[in-house]
Amino acid sequence: MFSLKQNSWFIRKVVIWRAVASIAWSVLLLPVTAAVFVLLSRFSLFHPIQWISDCTSLLAASSTVFSLVVLCGVVLITGFFNLEFYTLVPAIPCSRMALLGTVLHPRQCVHSLVYCTMGMLVMWCASVTIGGRYSTLGTPCRQSESGEVVTCLNEYHLFILLAGAFMGYSHSFLGVVQNMYYVSFQPIQQYKYPRFKGCLPMVVKCSVIQALYSARNFAAFYFFFGYAPKTWISSTLNLQIDSSIQPLDSLTGLLDFSLLYHLSISGTFLYLTWYLTVLLFRICVTEAYSFPVQSTFTEDAEQSLPKVLAEKNTLVMKFLALQDLALLSHHSLSRRLEVFSLSQPGGHAHNWNAISRECLSLLSELTQRLVAHQDAVASNGRVKSQSASSDTRSASSSSSVVSGTEDIAETPRLSVPLRTPGSVFKSSVGGANNALTAPFTPDVNSPFSSPAIRRLVGQQDRQSPCFGTEQSPHIMRRGPKLWSASTESQSSGSPPASPATVPSPPAASQKPSFLAQWLQNRREQVKSFLAKRVLIMYLFNKLPEASSQALFADSQAHIWALQGLSHLVAASFSEDQFGVVQTTLPNVLSCLVVLLEAVDRHFKLPHASSKPVRTICSMGDSTYKTLRFALRAALKTAIYKITTTFGEHLNAVNISTEHRKRLQQFLEFKD
Amino acid sequence: MRSAGAWRDAGLYGLLDEITNSAEEVPRFLAVGSACVLALLRWASSFHGSLFPHLTLSSDEMVAEFSQMLDWSDSALRSFAWHPHTDKFAVALLDDSIRIYKSNSSATPTLKHRCQRSVCALQWKPLCGSALAVACQSCLLIWHVDPTSLSTRPSSGCAQVLSHPGHSPITSIAWSPTGSLLVSASPVDTAMMVWDVAAESAVPLQRVGGGGVTYLSWSPDGSRLLAATPSALFRVWETRMWTCERWPCLKGSCQVRKLRKLSITVFELMYAFIYFFKLTFFSQTSWDPRGERLAVLLKVIAVFKTRSSPVFELLPCGFVMGEAGAEPRFMQFHPHFQHGALLTVCWSDGRISHVPFYFSSAGLLGGDSPQQALASNTADHSSNKLYTEQIS
Repeated sequence: MFSLKQNSWFIRKVVIWRAVASIAWSVLLLPVTAAVFVLLSRFSLFHPIQWISDCTSLLAASSTVFSLVVLCGVVLITGFFNLEFYTLVPAIPCSRMALLGTVLHPRQCVHSLVYCTMGMLVMWCASVTIGGRYSTLGTPCRQSESGEVVTCLNEYHLFILLAGAFMGYSHSFLGVVQNMYYVSFQPIQQYKYPRFKGCLPMVVKCSVIQALYSARNFAAFYFFFGYAPKTWISSTLNLQIDSSIQPLDSLTGLLDFSLLYHLSISGTFLYLTWYLTVLLFRICVTEAYSFPVQSTFTEDAEQSLPKVLAEKNTLVMKFLALQDLALLSHHSLSRRLEVFSLSQPGGHAHNWNAISRECLSLLSELTQRLVAHQDAVASNGRVKSQSASSDTRSASSSSSVVSGTEDIAETPRLSVPLRTPGSVFKSSVGGANNALTAPFTPDVNSPFSSPAIRRLVGQQDRQSPCFGTEQSPHIMRRGPKLWSASTESQSSGSPPASPATVPSPPAASQKPSFLAQWLQNRREQVKSFLAKRVLIMYLFNKLPEASSQALFADSQAHIWALQGLSHLVAASFSEDQFGVVQTTLPNVLSCLVVLLEAVDRHFKLPHASSKPVRTICSMGDSTYKTLRFALRAALKTAIYKITTTFGEHLNAVNISTEHRKRLQQFLEFKD
Repeated sequence: MRSAGAWRDAGLYGLLDEITNSAEEVPRFLAVGSACVLALLRWASSFHGSLFPHLTLSSDEMVAEFSQMLDWSDSALRSFAWHPHTDKFAVALLDDSIRIYKSNSSATPTLKHRCQRSVCALQWKPLCGSALAVACQSCLLIWHVDPTSLSTRPSSGCAQVLSHPGHSPITSIAWSPTGSLLVSASPVDTAMMVWDVAAESAVPLQRVGGGGVTYLSWSPDGSRLLAATPSALFRVWETRMWTCERWPCLKGSCQVRKLRKLSITVFELMYAFIYFFKLTFFSQTSWDPRGERLAVLLKVIAVFKTRSSPVFELLPCGFVMGEAGAEPRFMQFHPHFQHGALLTVCWSDGRISHVPFYFSSAGLLGGDSPQQALASNTADHSSNKLYTEQIS
């Protein structure tokens, strides 16, 4: 899990230290937030002097110091989870079922469990700090009939602890739903301190709002189910329940202003601790890193920009290298000159060639991905028109939505290196959810699909000698993926016709075409049968835009490549002494134009150009939802940058006539 | 019910006002309490307002005060912007619509949107054929007007609405020269917003001093950004790491209140400091893109010939007068006029005139070339048409 040997130098030397710095800052901030929490929790309007003196004495008390040590432990674990789970390419579930699968994944379960425990720990510290009636689990009380003093269960303490566990779970759950671990890059560069200062109000606001929501939800939860944990705790710990006090799982017990105030204050403190850790981690990890364009010594060769750009296994390094490229092309004349320089013996433009090759391959890979997606959608439309006759209208339309992007799984194989290492310490993160293909094809091994899908696949394997060979791959491919469970293995297009509805092949199986037809009909029947079940359709329906978002999930890299490339090419007009850029200019232009055509076509697809609703105030970063628009804008700007710089000289560049026609539109500002 | 409406329309103030005014309908303690809170709030805001007088203005007055267009509130033309690369310009009119005029096309698209009120500034996106940013009272609109389409009424679906709580009215916007970022400023908000327009996300850059930001301008190379505040202070941001320097004003707040209306870039600002602070009654200057003509807006427009190398020289060149009774309200040089410089002036009677200056560049000839023409006022045919449309 934590093997440093396999990781690249960048993880060892940079990312880990950045993470350590972020954790250290969070630990340093902890006393400050704790002091604010103490002040707020002991707040009394009418005795200000007593309030202040109480708080100062409390801050110096040994119990507070012990609480701080516990909180430090919590922050350390949170920081470790950040480092372990963070991802630069968000996991976008394509249906609610996939989302459910992610939430129920064992890794996620462990995560939730740890967060529940941490929430309880923090809330325990909070309840000790608040003191008074919250401080301990057992309180002495007098039994009404006998009058003797026994230990009773302190329900307030239990309430606060359970609230901690609840908030921990909801934090972990929302982390998945809102992609809390997705780290996005800002459009502008800022130093860490101003950036932190700028984000702080947002984080405080978010944690307050989140705490209020959680407090409300937890109060409702406790009202209905509070009895169970209360009796369980009191029976296992042999504590009496004090009948003289109003129980908390009743309306009058819950309408206690001071209790709700303390609950929301401690909830805010809890969320703030976590959110600050996340924020500091994001700020530290996305800080720009300057790679040398040329390495002076051979042992540093792997750290130079062209080498780093070609690196595929360390995603964070690749992203930061592309960011550095975009920055240097924009701001730094001396480093641009290094890019355009020739190698000393031989006079080859190694730097420029390597950089432009990497950028162009990145962009053409995106083009291929888009084209493949469009082909898949187009071919799917054909299937739909064939099958529409036998279906009800709603079923056919929903089926087309369901299988809208089915074939994408096979196509973007090129991008595998880019999307696998979601977290730097793991070869695969989250199993089902990290790869881009995951939204389209949750694999068989993921837990949610386990019983049904595995059985289906097993059935398919068993039956395959009967008709598997007779099915043309074409039909296999366009099987209705209602389950969206095709794996990337051989059994990929397995039609999920349930075994019960498929009897043993009849005699007519000698006629493959008839069999195929028959199977097709069967499949349609099953599909329309399932499509009428509302719950199933709800779970398996594609979320709108999800496939489009998933296609562009890593487009930040492409945006930087576009910016870097276009600025370098534009700068070469005046700065490139040896004409090294001229040789690649036709390639660059045609690559950009081809990508532009693919992007334009993509935006003509349904759902592709609809804007997502903006979520107000959540810690989860939703930048990835608009990356496709940002990419389109960056692409057009890049082409304009080149055309305005070169102007009429572009006519001398050797490119095909269609591309020239397209560029002419840009020259006339008609695009 | 009424209180909910008041809350929605005018916020906390409106709500408290409503409760206080309807004392007979609500319980007495509520009316008295809200009256007290209202008095307290007013006292606090008047204290704040005495520090920053502009905060006491209403939203419309503020736009009028800080708009680049002089006498914005009764001007038929509210704002004007040339496209940085092609021969087309956008004009915002009194009825809150925007028209786009192109040199070789008779189609004039009219842009209307329900959020488009009190347009204070317009700017075309550089390195883009279609995007126009509009600073409105409540939000920032980005229109995408397809240059090839012949439609005269682009739908409001072509506009992106960008807004941020507390960031309105917006009085100044500035695209970065590379077209990747848009910065917007409001005199009420101490933070200026750096927008990634396509992603619709903003990064607030907050500096408390000054009480707001009224005017923004990028340096031509995109490395610096000037942000003027309503008080005796302006900032120069460097755009790599977005840190800023404070430049306190040398001559007190009186001159700075004029400075915020300067339509100049950072480097020109230094010249402006040195040369023009002796003039007390000018309000706008404009430099042509080659740096050879400088126009200063007085009662009339004074045009100067300038040269920045080897030493800075400033020679008076002539005046531009309007029709009888018309005063200049706004002026801008055409960004890339082939034969010299083209000054576009918006007049108080609603006309727009284009004044060409034909000269060959001094830098090319290495000497002062004789000026061929003409400070004559050649009112363009489009100005008449525009005016009649405005009246109708």
